[in-house]
Amino acid sequence: MTEMDAETLTFVPKFPRGVRLKHDEARQEWVLLAPERLIKCDPIAAAVLQLCDGKRSLSDIITALAEQYKADPGVIGRDVLALLNGLKEKKMVQL
Amino acid sequence: MSASVAPSPSVGHPIGLLAELTHRCPLACPYCSNPLALEGREGELDTSAWKRVFTEAAKLGILQVHLSGGEPAARRDLVELVAHCASVGLYTNLITSGIGVTEKLINQLADAGLDHVQLSIQDSEPGSADKIAGYKGAFAKKQAVAGWIKAADFPLTVNAVMHRANIARSAAMVELAVALGASRVEIAHTQYYGWALPNRAALMPTRAETEAAVADVEGLRKRYAGDIVIDLVIPDYHANYPKACMGGWAKQFINVTPSGKVLPCHASETIPGLEFWNVKDHGLDDIWHGSPAFSIYRGTDWMAEPCRSCERREIDFGGCRCQAFALTGDASATDPACYKSPYHARMTEIADADSSGQPVDYIYRRLPANAL
Repeated sequence: MTEMDAETLTFVPKFPRGVRLKHDEARQEWVLLAPERLIKCDPIAAAVLQLCDGKRSLSDIITALAEQYKADPGVIGRDVLALLNGLKEKKMVQL
Repeated sequence: MSASVAPSPSVGHPIGLLAELTHRCPLACPYCSNPLALEGREGELDTSAWKRVFTEAAKLGILQVHLSGGEPAARRDLVELVAHCASVGLYTNLITSGIGVTEKLINQLADAGLDHVQLSIQDSEPGSADKIAGYKGAFAKKQAVAGWIKAADFPLTVNAVMHRANIARSAAMVELAVALGASRVEIAHTQYYGWALPNRAALMPTRAETEAAVADVEGLRKRYAGDIVIDLVIPDYHANYPKACMGGWAKQFINVTPSGKVLPCHASETIPGLEFWNVKDHGLDDIWHGSPAFSIYRGTDWMAEPCRSCERREIDFGGCRCQAFALTGDASATDPACYKSPYHARMTEIADADSSGQPVDYIYRRLPANAL
């Protein structure tokens, strides 16, 4: 899945069991925790992943971020998809 | 020696805590990483002490807790401890042999908030697996446990320790892990600490066997990309560079023994003269910042040459202190796994001698019967 077509926009990204997004109080950053893995989120990744609640579709997430950052939904969409596809390959997100 | 050291601003937050809940275990694997002097049930921390440790760990910045042993399922309070870890926001990983684990326990652990399970498997061939574990029926039991773990929708890691008796089946171990539905497999070449050190002559594979096994597994990495993550623990005695042991001494990890001793790594008690503090006497934060055993090899200031001026000193941190001590008698020496160590050739000689000798019986890892 690399194209932002109509079907893709309906996908609802979520974290599989064993993967958790957590705000790390000690280091003041968001981290994605997985089996023997830990990914520190940059502010953009943190903003995207906080919206991956298993309810919002890709379309909902892109709309929300475009509004929040006053940015072009096309650009945001490409960034979101690139991030989530990368995490999907690592089995840290289900799409 | 016992005076508290002022916290150094350069000391970061630890990431992981290895909680050795017990040394009790039904299996008797001859490469067990536990110390030769095993702790009996009588000396184990109680439930409330472990809960306090986990609460303090979360406050200290620990993100992941590895519940290990021995066999952690030997603790009757395992579900309660997992629930407590989850309640303070810790990611929990159960490291189990599967023996003594029931389907009911797996489901209770799922309800308690356990995040991940790591299951050890001794060999892909049942008879050999049971012989290595010193436990008849272990292999069959583990297949059933893997099924329950997957049925509960846990991500599963299979851990396979490789040595002379099973190294020819390294690729088969990866295939078995895939067949069991694991999302991750650790092909861990035996690390010669704990029980593995006195068993070295029985466990050491030849260089040719080791190189073939590494090549087999590397080949599978491409075939199974996207299906399973393959992690390799390098065969130190046949390596040219040391591993970044523990990601650096006292840099990322804390190990708590069944009786509450806090170690920078599970093998560090083999280094004489280190002063370990206990959670019964100190908070985890104090121990992380002030315990002499943590401070002594933290960072790079303790290093001698060739580590001190090495461009890899922040990559592998001089390798493993325990291995340096075991093979050179000096815990601050370069890990002999490094080609720059003056003991590197000696390490190769040991590996060659141990792997070419007559078959040797295992010294099985066992607790005295009265300590179970």
